[in-house]
Amino acid sequence: MTAVPHLQIKNLRAKIEEKEILKGLNLEIKGGEVHAIMGPNGTGKSTLASTLMGHPKYEVTDGEVLINGDDLLEMEVDERARAGLFLAMQYPSEISGVTNSDFLRSAINARRGEGNEISLMKFIREMDKKMNTLEMDDSFAHRYLNEGFSGGEKKRNEILQMMLLEPSICILDEIDSGLDIDALKIVANGVNEMRSADRGFLIITHYQRLLNYVKPDFVHVMMQGRIVKSGGPELAERLEAEGYDWIKEELGIEDETVNANV
Amino acid sequence: MSVDVQLRFGSEAITEYSKANQEPAWFLEKRLAGLKAAGELPLPALEKTKIDKWNTVDFDPFQTTAKVASANELSELVKGQIDVDSVKNLVVQKNASTVFHAVTDELKAQGVIFTTLADALQNHGELVQKYMHQVIAQDEHKLSALHAAVANGGVFLYVPKNVEVDAPLQVVYEIAGDHALLAPHVLIVAEANSKVTYVDTYVSGEGKSMVANSIVEVFVGAGASVQVASVRSLSTEVHDYSFRRAIVDRDGNMEWILGEMNDGNTVANNTTVLKGTGSNALTKSISVGTGSQRQNLTSQVQHIGTHSESDMVSKAVMTGEAVSILNGITKIEKGAEKANGVQAENILMLSEKARGDANPILLIDEDDVKAGHAASVGRFSEESIYYLMSRGISRQGAERLIILGFLDPVVSEIPVEEVRNKLRQALERKLG
Repeated sequence: MTAVPHLQIKNLRAKIEEKEILKGLNLEIKGGEVHAIMGPNGTGKSTLASTLMGHPKYEVTDGEVLINGDDLLEMEVDERARAGLFLAMQYPSEISGVTNSDFLRSAINARRGEGNEISLMKFIREMDKKMNTLEMDDSFAHRYLNEGFSGGEKKRNEILQMMLLEPSICILDEIDSGLDIDALKIVANGVNEMRSADRGFLIITHYQRLLNYVKPDFVHVMMQGRIVKSGGPELAERLEAEGYDWIKEELGIEDETVNANV
Repeated sequence: MSVDVQLRFGSEAITEYSKANQEPAWFLEKRLAGLKAAGELPLPALEKTKIDKWNTVDFDPFQTTAKVASANELSELVKGQIDVDSVKNLVVQKNASTVFHAVTDELKAQGVIFTTLADALQNHGELVQKYMHQVIAQDEHKLSALHAAVANGGVFLYVPKNVEVDAPLQVVYEIAGDHALLAPHVLIVAEANSKVTYVDTYVSGEGKSMVANSIVEVFVGAGASVQVASVRSLSTEVHDYSFRRAIVDRDGNMEWILGEMNDGNTVANNTTVLKGTGSNALTKSISVGTGSQRQNLTSQVQHIGTHSESDMVSKAVMTGEAVSILNGITKIEKGAEKANGVQAENILMLSEKARGDANPILLIDEDDVKAGHAASVGRFSEESIYYLMSRGISRQGAERLIILGFLDPVVSEIPVEEVRNKLRQALERKLG
């Protein structure tokens, strides 16, 4: 049985250092779907991404998250990844002394498990292919992980990892920030190449721009730590044209950040 | 173990060994002078480390082993350190014996001398005498005097003017057996504009209460480049004392790459004297403290020449209850105008009970210079661990990647692939 990937987020609440950021968030993502979460700064979008991945700074206080029916919140960070979750981070760590290729191979092998390691030749072939798609220079393979990479190079490297690890649920956290239009197209190209019925996407972004290149099926607006409005691609277009004020008005929200009304 | 312990040897044993090896009279005289001085001189003064209870003298200095005819007959332990099929220029020493020595005709044709110290004393006596104990005086302290008395091997490497040696010259030193001593004296002389790489590995076999006491002296001629790489993987039963010093002439380059992978107590002092104008020194060292071992590791550069430059990087990973003192000493003498010396010591602490001290010391007697230091003692970055784990790598795997990455800038510089791989294996062994 090859089940369709399925991420269910139910009434998720999370805090950082005693400050509640996610205040009862509900969302469901299935294989084949591309969801976009938009919203102004400070509304909890990146917290959602980090909480799902299991960043140690965030503490879940209530709610449930299931990945393919399994309790995601019970899993360690590495188990979440091996269960099929991937987060392309906004600020990936720089790790000195670990080459990109050594890291990628370790990550692939961690997923494949002992005794089933990828052969070196196959790995190199795969990596070369994906690096071509992302128009990355060969030297990236031998450079230390993210060390001295420009913002755009880091983002591409995140997508490279996503392409090689073939996760079933992909979260992209502001992958478009700091990218010029050419780089944005390349990154979008990589994402589009991965779209398939056995993979779901959650794209977190400030801007409509990325969504011109990666067409979402669903668009959600996040304010005050929860999703306040959902719709189709036309919602993103309206936000681009008119901003967020009309939603605030519609919902009677004065301050959209999570600190509001506390 | 106390220092006034009854020696297991005396002047007779030394004289006998010297005669058996047909050493010149001046060398035997130096040995006997060393033995006398060893009884009078104090141990070297070390920053934050007391070694008076360590084993420095309790050994039988001249344990011998038969020579082998081909590299294939070397012990498995030694063969594990080299690529038996491709190694060309190699010396293997076990305790007080040279067990293997091979030099290519090509190297000989270049006029390069790469031979054992015993052979050099017989056949190139004057040349050896000219350099022996010229950068590390034999009466500096008790350990150097002891070394002079009981030196039981080592190599002499002489590279003539303008000669460049492409392939690294390799030596493996093995110590094994109760109360064994390994005391090689390495003399490297690189004449003007020559270039050479020397790589050695120290390994130990079975045995209790062993001592390694080695000296390396390097003479880098004007415009010459010398690279010395050393990986030491001696057991807890070996107390290891190594003193390495280079003196660099005008525009010469000295590079040290050191892997201190011993499991036992270790004192290592690595010094470069930048005598000539525009001379350069680069020192990279890594160490891993495990178990309850004690280490005192010093990297030092003395700037005398104007426009001389130095860079020292020391990295240590501390586990268990190990204690490591990392000293970095940049000394710029009066008159060394435009000198530039930088150093960094970084320690990664993996255990609450381990101790790692980074001591950067700048001693500057000249105004017109640049000097800098950076020292850090830290633990894992949780953010980095999270990032690696978010790709499916276990916590243990993530920590391992970060440790190896921390050390990689030095490991990847080791010039011989086998030695580099051995160092990685030693790391894996030590970090379990």
